[in-house]
Amino acid sequence: MSFVSTQHDLPADLRALQVEIEEHARSFGLDFYDTIFEVLDYDELSEIAALGGFPTRYPHWRFGMEYEQLSKGYRYGLQKIYEMVINNDPCYAYLLRCNMPVDQKLVMAHVYGHNDFFKNNICFAPTNRKMMDEMANHGNRIRSFMERFGEETVENFIDSCLCLDSLIDIHSPFIKRRDAPNRYDFSNEADQTPPSDKFRSKDYMDSFVNPPEALKEAARQREAEHAKARRFPEQPERDILLFLLEHAPLNAWQQDVLAIIREEAYYFAPQGQTKIMNEGWASYWHSTMMTTRLLDGSELVDYADHHSGTMATQPGRLNPYKLGIELLRDIEERWDKGQFGPEYESCDDYETRRTWDTGAGLGRQKIFEVRRIHSDVTFIDTFLTPDFCRRHQMFSFRHNDQAELYEIESREFKKIKERLLFGLTNFGRPIIRIKDGNYRNRGELYLEQEYFGVDLKLDHAQDTLRHLHRLWTRPVQLETCVEGRPTLLSFDGTDHTIRPLGGQSHEPEHRDRRRA
Amino acid sequence: MVRKIERDQNRFRQIVRGKIKADLKKYITHGEMIGKTGGELVSIPMPSIDLPEFRYGPKGSGGVGQGPGDVGQPIGRSGDGEEGAGQAGDSPGQHILEVELTMDELAEILGEELELPRIQPKGQANIIEEKDRYTGIRQAGPESLRHFKRTYKKALKRQIASNTYNPDDPIVIPVREDKLYRSWNPIYLPQTNAVVLYLMDVSGSMTDDQKEIVRIEAFWIDTWLRSQYDGVTTRYIIHDAGAKEVDEHTFYHTRESGGTRISSAYRLAHKIIEADHPPADWNIYVLHFSDGDNWGEDNRHCVELLRKGLLPKCNLFGYGQVESPYGSGEFIRELEDAFENEPNLALSEIRDKEGIYDSIKEFLGRGR
Repeated sequence: MSFVSTQHDLPADLRALQVEIEEHARSFGLDFYDTIFEVLDYDELSEIAALGGFPTRYPHWRFGMEYEQLSKGYRYGLQKIYEMVINNDPCYAYLLRCNMPVDQKLVMAHVYGHNDFFKNNICFAPTNRKMMDEMANHGNRIRSFMERFGEETVENFIDSCLCLDSLIDIHSPFIKRRDAPNRYDFSNEADQTPPSDKFRSKDYMDSFVNPPEALKEAARQREAEHAKARRFPEQPERDILLFLLEHAPLNAWQQDVLAIIREEAYYFAPQGQTKIMNEGWASYWHSTMMTTRLLDGSELVDYADHHSGTMATQPGRLNPYKLGIELLRDIEERWDKGQFGPEYESCDDYETRRTWDTGAGLGRQKIFEVRRIHSDVTFIDTFLTPDFCRRHQMFSFRHNDQAELYEIESREFKKIKERLLFGLTNFGRPIIRIKDGNYRNRGELYLEQEYFGVDLKLDHAQDTLRHLHRLWTRPVQLETCVEGRPTLLSFDGTDHTIRPLGGQSHEPEHRDRRRA
Repeated sequence: MVRKIERDQNRFRQIVRGKIKADLKKYITHGEMIGKTGGELVSIPMPSIDLPEFRYGPKGSGGVGQGPGDVGQPIGRSGDGEEGAGQAGDSPGQHILEVELTMDELAEILGEELELPRIQPKGQANIIEEKDRYTGIRQAGPESLRHFKRTYKKALKRQIASNTYNPDDPIVIPVREDKLYRSWNPIYLPQTNAVVLYLMDVSGSMTDDQKEIVRIEAFWIDTWLRSQYDGVTTRYIIHDAGAKEVDEHTFYHTRESGGTRISSAYRLAHKIIEADHPPADWNIYVLHFSDGDNWGEDNRHCVELLRKGLLPKCNLFGYGQVESPYGSGEFIRELEDAFENEPNLALSEIRDKEGIYDSIKEFLGRGR
């Protein structure tokens, strides 16, 4: 492998451990890519973690900030990273040098869980498995742009792209929404020579054969037709990065940078879509392998200490590791005891339900199926039960606007599930589409937000519009809601405007004179 | 090999520094940094350098948590860290990021922004100082350094492994080989020393506002000098008609009535230097702040004391005349008349807080 800057050979003891654990993992039916472990110092691990797991990533100050936070958090004893796994073929995983052997066992077992998940979960099916090489390639391209056009120029442009990088369509890898634009289609330009409406005529006959009024009318009609054709996109589009890539007035290098940011956003998206399942799955397997096969008596206390640290919940926080592993175990138990299907569902005697056990023994099989076909949203939607919520003391919380704090809202199953799903939909980010790329026929950009009753963070939204303007270079607008009322936010390159929409459109504009 | 992250880290710091630099004058003037120094780090609130994005605000938002509690029970203020699985929500105040700088970094920014020349310390024998740092764990050591938690953890492990741990009677007794101790390494630091003597007029005409100006200015001078020397000692003298040495707190909080005799302070400063800080071993800074009202006869004594006593011994003598509501005195003119182009004498008139910035430059701009 050419990329590895920190490559150390795996020490013999860990190498032996890897062989052993890999064997166990396989015997449980896990199916994974070749795994390359590397042992790193904390500093090196923080560095790679700051770079999102890719040592060869493009340069950007944000990674430096991340690194400072990680290394400070460690120095002050606030946090510690134990491991990192990269979805790639082969799969890369990093171990912390100073960990005790028991930690290394646990981490390796955990890694095989992730690796199996990456390889088999449907959400990861379209991801690039050669991302390690691809990232190095991106890094080189961006570095060469920096040499040619200036480090700051390129970095500033990256800043703007990153502000928009959640504006992708996470379902698009699975659904073909429209034909990809053909790079070699020049028909637009061909169209630009207007066809002649004139009939051939002698000079002195011209005003009779081609009456000027008729010519004008024909020209107007053609113009209207043209304007209609120019309305784009035909349907509102969620992949705003793609739209910008195709239509924003960008230089070649800018286009390339934007394409890189977009590709990386799509690469990381499935990890955000399956956080609960993926961590739950890996935790399930480290705990299963450790307690049944790997633990040595003298390691028990440290294992218990580490495992319970990972699973700890704080009031008011949801630990994805904990929720994931518990839900998987719940499913396993229910399918082992046959607690599913119409007969079970329709039973309403508490005691019968509680002791229900048909000895079906389908638990393992079921959770393997679950790990293959679900994302967090469908996982929660399908398998979260009122019993489970009660057992795990789950609650929903909401913001109390008067007191400016979050408070427990409800312990009702319906409310909890609703809140959970809302937080997981589109990674808990607002859904925003491009409605018009030629708004007011002036080439302005018009976005709309699908509103679910939660306002955008206004200062962030305005700052983001400013970055969007840097790419589009013409005025940009976002249709959203402020305090529940339809509102249009605009940025024209100098000033921000906030204008109520709909019934109140006759109200005077409220100008917000924030300087660019 | 240069690590890749270093470039990113430097860029990040550069951006932070750029923001701080742009606001430095504001920081200097408002003195908001002084209260925040905790040892070697200073924490500066600054506009976020987070990248903005379309995201939800706290209004109407919420999420899911786990644990005991009744409906309506508060579980945290808006913006308390991140919530669980990708929940939205934080408050408008969140746009502020606290950035930590070491005092040295801060001094460097100050130096760059004010274009301060670096000080060449007076040559002298280096004193080596030895310090201990606790950095590791050893199997042996004095009982007073025993690492309690590690020791008991190790004992618990041993008892479980040897099957002598009884969960019903959970007593853990460490034996000799369980014991772990903190260990230290000596660190050697070369020393070049400087002493700063702050002199202040505390007669009735110096109000709290004037003292605040002195306090802010002294903070920045200290910051700069500490970045230039390995060790800096500060001493404080207050005076009205008479002078005495006091601690830092007293220095800024004393108010006397009565007349002013500046020479008393100069005389005391000179005595302290003679007694404790021989110029051969020390870089000496004397900084005097007053509203410039002096007892007429006394001016002559002051000039004399400066010329014969203090100036030959100091790296720098700075006099800052702070304008007071009762007007400002003539003392600075007297000094201007008496000394011409004295390389280690700096005079500065400070009108108000806005004047601190330029005044610091006048004092430190000589590179002495």
